[in-house]
Amino acid sequence: MIIIAIGLTLLAFGVLFGFAFGWLLHRGRVTDYNVIVNQFLLRDFTVLKVMLSAIVVGGIGVLLLQRAGLTSYHIKDANLLGVAIGACLFGIGMVVYGYCPGTGLAAIGTGSLHALVGAVGMIVGAVLYALSFDWIQANILPIWALGKVRLPDLTGIPDAAWFLALTIMAIALFAVIEHRSRTGSQRSDAR
Amino acid sequence: MVSHAPDIRHASRLTLPAGWTPYLAGAGIGVLSWIVFGVVNMPIGITTALSQLAGGVAIPILGADAVASNSYWAKNPFILDYGTVFLGGTLLGAFASALISRRFAFESVPTVWSDRFGPSIAKRYAAAFLGGIVAMFGARLAGGCTSGHGISGGLQLALSSWVFLVVMFASGIAMARLMFRPVQRSSRRMS
Repeated sequence: MIIIAIGLTLLAFGVLFGFAFGWLLHRGRVTDYNVIVNQFLLRDFTVLKVMLSAIVVGGIGVLLLQRAGLTSYHIKDANLLGVAIGACLFGIGMVVYGYCPGTGLAAIGTGSLHALVGAVGMIVGAVLYALSFDWIQANILPIWALGKVRLPDLTGIPDAAWFLALTIMAIALFAVIEHRSRTGSQRSDAR
Repeated sequence: MVSHAPDIRHASRLTLPAGWTPYLAGAGIGVLSWIVFGVVNMPIGITTALSQLAGGVAIPILGADAVASNSYWAKNPFILDYGTVFLGGTLLGAFASALISRRFAFESVPTVWSDRFGPSIAKRYAAAFLGGIVAMFGARLAGGCTSGHGISGGLQLALSSWVFLVVMFASGIAMARLMFRPVQRSSRRMS
């Protein structure tokens, strides 16, 4: 009985948090194919603004929560060959699809039919990965495998310094982007 | 086609919630990360759950035994859990936001695509499907997507996630250059 209640609560949180995530993606305009592709064409920096803001704001808060013992980190394995090849494929696929998995799902909700077609493709991609997993696990994932490493561990530079640097970098970058979109090329929002 | 906001700055003043700037949406995702880490102690992510769904889709095609004996799906089983309902929530959240801001619109061929590749729906769907396959395969090989690696891993300062971010953007920019390079009247083959 209690276990079922906990399970249902968790499901309710899943829907709620997913809902908030999808809502925010749409508000940030990253459910728009044109916005995403124009980011990779360096004509529109909306994607970068959303991601960097999320990383800086989210990172500082999650760090404090972790330090207070209220949560724990969930670091993905640095199987660097797999990450590098995967990220390379991901960049290519994302530009051809025009969405990443999260924004693709959200875009379906906004009426994008080609996002729905691409989501079927994503399911196929996941099936292909599952079928090739044994080989990949044996041959790719062990190469340059450093484990669950964080940048502060690797460099000896403390978390606070990383976030200070990231914050300054983000603000400087945003200032440059906003300045250029206001003065220079007026077609920064070109579609 | 999506008919919104030629100019974001004006839109944000006129239609109150519809034009949240990318910064606010990004910061909102950051704050959502605090809540998600704090409440369920899990990072925001999409593609692990999408792989679980793919296992369910694969059952009628590959057979229940093949799916059950697959080592990847053994780790990521097809069940209704926090992660899989999160996907539904993401779609619903974007749907609600699009409805409320009156930006819900069916779209088959976005403008950046049609400017370069013409109005053919079949062509766009084919690209979305193939791009979805490649993006998803890449995401699983890397261990996450723009959400799980990019935002959640980035904000935890994970080495793997920052490698992912850098390689993904570099590869995406190169691919966008290749695909959307200016061409003469004679339409050349894509990609």
